Amino acid sequence: MESLLFTIYALATCGAALGVVLSQNVARMAFWLVVSLGCVAGLFFMLNADFVGATQLLIYVGGTVVLLIFGVMLTASGPFNTIKSEPAEMIQAGVIGIALLAILIPTVTSVDWVGNRDTLSHAGVKSPSGEFNQQGEGGTSRHIGAALLGVRVDQADASAPSEAHEHHEADHDHGHEHAHGEEAHSHAAHDHAHAQVSETNQASGYLLPFEIISVHLLVVLIGASYLARAKRRVEQPTS
Amino acid sequence: MESVGLSGYLIVGAVLFVCGVICMATKRNGIGILMGVELVLNGANLNFVAFSQHTHLGLDGQIASLFVIVLAAAEAAVALAIALNFYNNHLTIDVDRAADLKG
Repeated sequence: MESLLFTIYALATCGAALGVVLSQNVARMAFWLVVSLGCVAGLFFMLNADFVGATQLLIYVGGTVVLLIFGVMLTASGPFNTIKSEPAEMIQAGVIGIALLAILIPTVTSVDWVGNRDTLSHAGVKSPSGEFNQQGEGGTSRHIGAALLGVRVDQADASAPSEAHEHHEADHDHGHEHAHGEEAHSHAAHDHAHAQVSETNQASGYLLPFEIISVHLLVVLIGASYLARAKRRVEQPTS
Repeated sequence: MESVGLSGYLIVGAVLFVCGVICMATKRNGIGILMGVELVLNGANLNFVAFSQHTHLGLDGQIASLFVIVLAAAEAAVALAIALNFYNNHLTIDVDRAADLKG
């Protein structure tokens, strides 16, 4: 079921991206772009990133593409007047693109991602346990909001079970020797996990990037409205 | 439950990236070049979210993709303002006509 949905979304995404490249009319390019971005949002939902997927739908498909379509309408020099690319350029770009794909795809497929993840976890890299949000899909918006405020709720949730799990494995190795002292041992493990949680809580938040991006948005809006202000054309068309 | 894995998402991201690069390189319409930039940014976003689900990245990948989305919206607004200004001065959106600074 999951692979079927992934196949549908992936084929739609790649096909719509090819449609953006191959179509010469700008309005059709905008339509294919909407299809491609919507299917990428579907892929985000499949990756349990519900807030990112909803933001993709709202900001990209609802905002940016509408902005682009307004740009298409405001800069149209005539009906059915398309600016065509040279066919030789398209052939050259196609060859270069296929070469680039032939580099990228074997690179992606030749890396053993699961093995790397297991190696990192054995090397003691502190992390949210394997995959983020294992217990259920969705529910990421609260964690993302807390992380933007500088508190990492997800790592506090995730590092405690992984820590206890590692300790439980260690207990399992010497289980018959230390069976009677297991209770105190697990209590010490819980204390250790608690210290780990307070460390990771202070470690990383996103308050400063949030502020920077807010100021950046303000500057960009002022700059855009200054650049696009109403101005008389330099040379009037025949009117 | 992981029947797809990381590689599928990365391949889709690579295809999006390559399509965006070709779109940026071949389109002569300024708005088309902007659409190519959007495709490239979406490929990067897909990689971020896929790594955030399947590796140790955790929530960081999703937050990085949110920043990319917001910055892409800002970039689209500024680039569209530049395109409108260009259209006001040249009465076309063909970027090959932007040769005023050619020596």
